[in-house]
Amino acid sequence: MCLLVTGSVIATPGRGRLPDPRHVSPEGTRSPPAVLGRGLASSGSPRPCGVERLGVRRELAMGKARASGARPKAPGAPAGARGGRARPNPNPFEVKVNRQKFQVLGRKTRHDVGLPGVSRARAIQKRTQTLLKEYKERDKSNVFIDKRFGEYNSSISAEEKMMRRFALEQQRHHEKRNIYNLNEDEELTHYGQSLADIEKLNDIVDSDSDPEERGTLSAELTAAHFGGGELPHQRPSQQPGPEAERPRSRKELIEELIAKSKQEKRERQAQREDALELTEKLDRDWREIQSLLARRPPQAQSRPQDKPQPDAYDRAVRELGFEMKAQPSDRMKTEEELAREEQERLRRLEAERVRRMLGTDEDQDSKRPAHMSADDLNDGFVLDKDDRRLLSYEDGKMNVQEEQSREASDGGNEEEEEEEEEEGEEDAEDSGGSDSHSDLECDMESEEEGERPEQEPRQTRGGRATGRGQDARGAARAELPYTFAAPESPEDLKSLLTGKSVEEQLLVVERIQKCHHPSLAVGNKAKLEKLFGFLLEYVGELATEDPPDLSVIDKLVVQLYGLCQMFPESASECVRFVLRDAMHEMEGTIEAKGRATFPGLDVLIYLKIAGMLFPTSDLWHPVVTPALVCLSQLLTKCPVLSLPDAVKGLFVCCVFLDYVSLSQRFIPELVNFLLGILYIAAPNQPGPGYTLVPPFRPRGKHSELLVVSDEGDAATWQRRSLSLHWASARHPQTETEANHTRLSCLAVCLALVKRCVHMYGALPAFHDITRPLRALLAQHLAGGRHPRELQELCRSALADMEAQERRYQPLVCERSKPVPLKLFTPRLVKVLEFGRKQGSTKEEQERKRLIHKHRREFKGAVREIRKDNQFLARMQLSEIMERDAERKRKVKQLFSSLAEQEGEWKALKRKKFKK
Amino acid sequence: MERVRGPRNARRALGRLLEAVLANRAEANAVFDILAVLQSEDPEEIQDAVRACSRLFGALLERGELFVGQLPPEETVMAGSQGATRKYKVWMRHRYQSCCNRLAELLAHPSFQVKELALGTLMKFVQLEGAHPLEKPKWEGSYLFPRQLFKAVVDGLLSLEEDCSLLLSQFCEYLEHDDVRYHAMQAAADTTARVANAHPEVPLAFWNNVFTLLSAVSLPRQESDVANFYVKHAAELSDKWKVTHLKEHRKAFQLMWLGFLKHKLPLSLYKKVLVIMHESILPHLAQPSLMIDFLTRAYDVGGAISLLALNGLFILIHEHNLEYPDFYRKLYGLLDPSVFHVKYRARFFHLADLFLSSSHLPAYLVAAFAKRLARLALTAPPEALLMVLPFICNLLRRHPACRVLVHRPRGPELDADPYDPDEEDPAQSRALESSLWELQALQRHYHPEVSKAASVINQALSVPEASIAPLLELTAFEIFERDLKKKWPEAVPLEFVPAQGLLGRRGDLCAQHFTLS
Repeated sequence: MCLLVTGSVIATPGRGRLPDPRHVSPEGTRSPPAVLGRGLASSGSPRPCGVERLGVRRELAMGKARASGARPKAPGAPAGARGGRARPNPNPFEVKVNRQKFQVLGRKTRHDVGLPGVSRARAIQKRTQTLLKEYKERDKSNVFIDKRFGEYNSSISAEEKMMRRFALEQQRHHEKRNIYNLNEDEELTHYGQSLADIEKLNDIVDSDSDPEERGTLSAELTAAHFGGGELPHQRPSQQPGPEAERPRSRKELIEELIAKSKQEKRERQAQREDALELTEKLDRDWREIQSLLARRPPQAQSRPQDKPQPDAYDRAVRELGFEMKAQPSDRMKTEEELAREEQERLRRLEAERVRRMLGTDEDQDSKRPAHMSADDLNDGFVLDKDDRRLLSYEDGKMNVQEEQSREASDGGNEEEEEEEEEEGEEDAEDSGGSDSHSDLECDMESEEEGERPEQEPRQTRGGRATGRGQDARGAARAELPYTFAAPESPEDLKSLLTGKSVEEQLLVVERIQKCHHPSLAVGNKAKLEKLFGFLLEYVGELATEDPPDLSVIDKLVVQLYGLCQMFPESASECVRFVLRDAMHEMEGTIEAKGRATFPGLDVLIYLKIAGMLFPTSDLWHPVVTPALVCLSQLLTKCPVLSLPDAVKGLFVCCVFLDYVSLSQRFIPELVNFLLGILYIAAPNQPGPGYTLVPPFRPRGKHSELLVVSDEGDAATWQRRSLSLHWASARHPQTETEANHTRLSCLAVCLALVKRCVHMYGALPAFHDITRPLRALLAQHLAGGRHPRELQELCRSALADMEAQERRYQPLVCERSKPVPLKLFTPRLVKVLEFGRKQGSTKEEQERKRLIHKHRREFKGAVREIRKDNQFLARMQLSEIMERDAERKRKVKQLFSSLAEQEGEWKALKRKKFKK
Repeated sequence: MERVRGPRNARRALGRLLEAVLANRAEANAVFDILAVLQSEDPEEIQDAVRACSRLFGALLERGELFVGQLPPEETVMAGSQGATRKYKVWMRHRYQSCCNRLAELLAHPSFQVKELALGTLMKFVQLEGAHPLEKPKWEGSYLFPRQLFKAVVDGLLSLEEDCSLLLSQFCEYLEHDDVRYHAMQAAADTTARVANAHPEVPLAFWNNVFTLLSAVSLPRQESDVANFYVKHAAELSDKWKVTHLKEHRKAFQLMWLGFLKHKLPLSLYKKVLVIMHESILPHLAQPSLMIDFLTRAYDVGGAISLLALNGLFILIHEHNLEYPDFYRKLYGLLDPSVFHVKYRARFFHLADLFLSSSHLPAYLVAAFAKRLARLALTAPPEALLMVLPFICNLLRRHPACRVLVHRPRGPELDADPYDPDEEDPAQSRALESSLWELQALQRHYHPEVSKAASVINQALSVPEASIAPLLELTAFEIFERDLKKKWPEAVPLEFVPAQGLLGRRGDLCAQHFTLS
């Protein structure tokens, strides 16, 4: 037998089919699905046949059942411990308090207060609703199926549910009967109102858009939705009356709610329509009256004509007003600020350099701040050259003002400006008058400081250039194109540059750089990186020419520096490559000939350039350290066989000393070399106290190379700087010139010796280092053949050596820290959070937590099963008792009836006897 | 011979003559024609003739058609009344003799092909003559070797005028054979003695040739290896033959070297000899102690030669109980600045490490060595410094008594270094009173690795010694390559002071002392 609620009936005869217990409602009343679903163990599990198996089967899903049972969330659940707390005054006799002996700070207690009576009652109630039902239906095979759409689906809202049901119904109708019906009798509705009606209303105001009405929801609605699910319990209290006897289901309540809210909405709408109608009516009336009231022209129409057309002045003012204003940070900085900034920058860079020089970061971890200058440039920002020039001057207590005025005048068009500076020309057509003036001033100033011409080569050149006629340069400039393709090979660059004057070459290189600035196109970076390599190669070629074109190199160095600042990585690679080449060549000659020869001027110039591009004071530097080894090789492996060799060797010494000028590091090879030079500058007579070190030999063809051959030449000698041209001198010098060069070499050598003395004076073994030098110098002095100046130099060098204090402090090792004894103090661990297992990894903690949870759940499930069984046993007992009582009653009844019958019979019998 | 017909015809003609001589004794006079070609100017013709001679006399030797025994003068035999066969044999032997003489002369021919061919032919004759001896055995089974012929070959090789190293290297292939080697040693010793006696000033080329030959001789290590004979003897090898005993070989070897070394050799040869002394010469001598004179003399020469002699001396001291007075004093004297620059630096320091490895050396001695090396390190290039600094530290580690050199707490401040660098006796040098300030100075060395190595003394020295073996052969080029390959994790630091010109700023030395014009 089936009961039809809605939809079709499905008969399920026999026991073969296992019906979903949710759909079973034996009494024919609808039980709340939530309670059913929660209480029953396994929805969809095979239906138990007996009591014994029931418990066993339930075991499987007990965890879930308990889990949901332990945390009651459904609104219908009776208040447990939590509910008790929520309620203001529970029965004090029901409250059981677990008294704690000690208060432990930070411990969370969960079971200090409980309501055992209440929770037991709840459990029993739940079992009655679920387990008992199941028990009672254990032999029943008929089912009652509720096929209403979404009846037990709590995820669908009631409204939606209705909609879907309606849709389904419509669909069914449609399918069955109205296949050929062309939608004639169907009326589309919206919220129960015919759409046709709605369309008729031209001005409909949505209820939701009404500001006054919106925010306030009815109290009922709010309670229903947000009241914490207390609805079923509140309802009876709110509605005392005849209906209160029968508790209404949630569904009904919700339907009621919906109906109510809909009604309210409709009422509001009607109200608003009324109000609108009234307003319109009012408007109409007003207009009629208005025409009578006033005659003046309506303002609204006249206003647009009223507005005056802005004239040119106004427009200009607006434009100026709206023009993008300079940001505060972009304002022109004052000179002091600039100076301070520069100082700051310098200080930072210097600190960085010192750190690298001392190599303090060697043993620290790799979290060093990136090098600043490299950082500055990687973002493709335009290299601010003026900035740098400024700082350089500051370095040598130079005129900051000049540079700053230049800086100040460098307004927007920096590039133009720079170009002009580089060329030392003014271009009237494309730069402002003030700019050129400032340039002029600069140039004037630089001209004024004529006493240091070589220190500011660019400025003086600029000044000279301005002094000369403009037309020639204009013509020269006109010949050069303004854009150049980036050279793809060294030959390209060479073909671009050869045959041009120094200034033109510079211009070409600059223009190549400008045309291919990395910010202009994608591939430009690589092109400029290549340009560095080509320029370097070009420099090498210039240096190997005869005579070497040193003035061009002198200017190109600045370009190389700029490019290197832009691309430090590739530039360092290029320089390293060049150095490797040079060393390979030298190694090759050593293997082939057994000894090396001084390389060409190009290698020396490469080494010099490397020292200018990279910081030479670093303890370790990817370019500088190999360069140092290279320099050392030049001094130790290359014998001095000729005068150019001596010049080259002295140049190498100068470069070497410049490399270590900041770090003051010790170079044994250099001292050896200077010793050798001193030796070959004196007539050979073996003296005590010094030993020559290869590549110099005490005897041989070249052992008196620098001895002046003619006394007369010594008298006419004037001290001069050595020319680098002599290093590659293939043109023969006259004997007098050669003698003068020899004396100059000796002078340079003595100056370097002096420099070394000053530099190494602080070294503890200074006197041992300079002992051979001292012996040789004394010998030189004794010879007395040198010009006065040289003798003075000798004497002062000797005096400097003697002046260094002789203090020998015995060496002492740094006291190493004593190895600490092993201590057995307990290890103290900070407890950061109570109740959590300490001292294990996250995974381990998680595992422990899961194990704990599982055990708890397992115990809970066992307990639940036990209780279920107890409950069932109780039920069975009560059933049996009931049955027994019934039987007793029946027996009693029978006995009584029999006794009655007997009594009657006996009475009749007695009557008979009496008769 | 008509040259017009070209070399092919000449060769054919020679072939025909050869056939004729071999086929018929009556045609024997054709030998003169062949020998005449040997005197030719044209190398091609000479080569043809040499080949022809080789075939001719090879065949004759095998046939036994040459006179055996003491060769009588040609005239007496021809005039005498012996049989025609004997006359023929004697006559042919004389031709053979003149051919061999000519071939020995050809060893000095300017053309290398001719020389090579002549050498090959002569050695072939040696082989054949050994197998078919041209002298009568003194007793049955006596050992016979064509000593005369072979001596001529060695004489030819050890030319006085020119460098025969190429030809000698060819000859060295024959030295694989024990008998050839044995006789070569004897012949070389004879030749050296003869030439040195004959000439007051022996040319350098001769010494070089001799050395090339001598250094190519290497004796087998074991007795059993002496079985490889060039000359195939009909009889079994006999124990009575000297040539089968390694001892005899060693004697010959020793004689040869002693004979060579007793002469006044050029310095370059000294070096060469000393370089191979410990490996190739000393182990094979019958009495290595005989080398003492030579080695001590070389040790006293000074410089690189002393360094090299050290190795041989060490072997003698170590294995042959040589007592060398003042060995350490001399070793100390060897230490001068050039020691870091010579080619044999690695060998020297390897040996020095060995000599100083004994823990029984007195502390003053070790201290003197350490101080001396430290002093020298002030002039050393980086590759040597990287080796010598751990060397010094090892010395200090081995001899805890010397640690005062780097750790002297509460020592008085001094006005001068008590160490006397000019003192030759390490005992008098007062090194123990000094400290290694040189190492402290080297901590400021420009190369980071050197400064790191020198900074080791700042801490208490660790117990295990640093191995210097991998550092011995270090070259500056290797350091350079290593520096280049070193990875730099960050961006390359840049100079922040902008460049202004090639010579740098005003303060720079380059700008002070050099101009571009």
